[in-house]
Amino acid sequence: MDFVTGVALNQTVEASNENIVYYTEDLNLWYGQTHALKNINLPIYEKEVTAIIGPSGCGKSTFLKTLNRMVELVQGVQTSGVIHYRERNILDKTFQVEELRTKVGMVFQKPNPFPKSIYDNVAYGPKIHGIKSKKILDQIVEKSLKGAAIWDEVKDRLKENAYSLSGGQQQRLCIARALAIEPDVILMDEPTSALDPKSTLKVEELIQELKKDYSIVIVTHNMQQAARISDRTAFMLNGELIEFKDTDTIFSTPEDKRTEDYITGRFG
Amino acid sequence: MVGREQFDQELLEVKDKVIQLARSSRRQLEQSVEALYQADVNLAERVIKADEQLDEMDLSINEAAILLIARQQPVATDLRKLIVAIRISTDLERMADNAKNIARSAIRLGEDHQLTIHSSLADMRDIAFRMIDLAIDAYYKEDVKLAKQLSELDDLIDNMFSHVLEELLHMSASNPQKIQLIMQMAFSARYIERFGDHLTNIAENVMYLVKGETFDLNE
Repeated sequence: MDFVTGVALNQTVEASNENIVYYTEDLNLWYGQTHALKNINLPIYEKEVTAIIGPSGCGKSTFLKTLNRMVELVQGVQTSGVIHYRERNILDKTFQVEELRTKVGMVFQKPNPFPKSIYDNVAYGPKIHGIKSKKILDQIVEKSLKGAAIWDEVKDRLKENAYSLSGGQQQRLCIARALAIEPDVILMDEPTSALDPKSTLKVEELIQELKKDYSIVIVTHNMQQAARISDRTAFMLNGELIEFKDTDTIFSTPEDKRTEDYITGRFG
Repeated sequence: MVGREQFDQELLEVKDKVIQLARSSRRQLEQSVEALYQADVNLAERVIKADEQLDEMDLSINEAAILLIARQQPVATDLRKLIVAIRISTDLERMADNAKNIARSAIRLGEDHQLTIHSSLADMRDIAFRMIDLAIDAYYKEDVKLAKQLSELDDLIDNMFSHVLEELLHMSASNPQKIQLIMQMAFSARYIERFGDHLTNIAENVMYLVKGETFDLNE
């Protein structure tokens, strides 16, 4: 199944609705006068890793941030079109963004733990959502840290400040923090670009584990990473979705010359 | 636009090496068949000796391609260019082995065998020449249409081989004392026929290079 900008999605999407977490329909976004996303029609499939690649300024991070409406924090942003999340339009004025934040976790380029203990970093979200029982919080913290493959490294130092961890560990802690709210989807914005190769591989392995339970959208500059870990890849250029296919096809026989030029390093 | 001039240059160098190997294999076929017709044992020995260089060329293409894959981590067409260079190089090296086998037959026949080498062997060689030239062209230009023509020529070689074999069988029936020599001729025909098979493989690889799909031209 191929989804390309300008192709009407409705019929195909309806046919396989149960596997789709998100799909955007003619999504446009402007930063003031700048048209940053142009008619993006893209489905995100359940329990898969979807990679979004493209040169700097192509709109990939903007696209990611529209999926949890974080992009609204930027002044002068305007959008048009529809973002269906589990059959609801999250761009609808009546949709409560707080609800979305409990379903969609996000991991950023630079690890950004809170200046708190390892334990409190993970327990923070559940506490905000009203969980007070120490026993339940303990369970959530352990489960989340195990889910982020960092439990063994921190189980004896949960009260230590999160800043005492290495960069790679901090990023996995941030993933644990995202898991603590038991999200449906995890958005990752270049999650390994600040990490050394070994930590990068650890996070990549973790992503492979996580997709058994979560749907993951990852923006990455690292094309080999997209090739290694994703099931489907979307290539964006100048705010447009150029090509979206299964990752094997994108990296072996892309249809569009611009995709081929980008993945073979001939521009970008 | 940021290019990859250095990498593109290195890809071209690998391609040039493959084409050189193709030309060398052609020359090996030419000289081995010449040695057969002229009963020239010296020439045959030179063909056998020269095969070592072709083996080295094949090895050097493989090494260059593997290094580029390791260093540049190519994808899509770039990756196929290197994979195809390795595969084509293997077929060319095996073609050259067949030329070496023809040269060995020439040596076994010796210089005073008094046998007339069947004229169809030269005809088969000529078709193989055409196929090699076409394969080089198709690979150089990455041209699927040219590649497809190769399988038709291969059918031609196959048919010629069947006829030659039949005639040689008759000849051996009426010249039982020369059966060993006639067999060398039949083997040589078979070695030329093998060129056609390898060249068809090369055509399939050119098609894979361009289309990214696997084709079977032997069907």
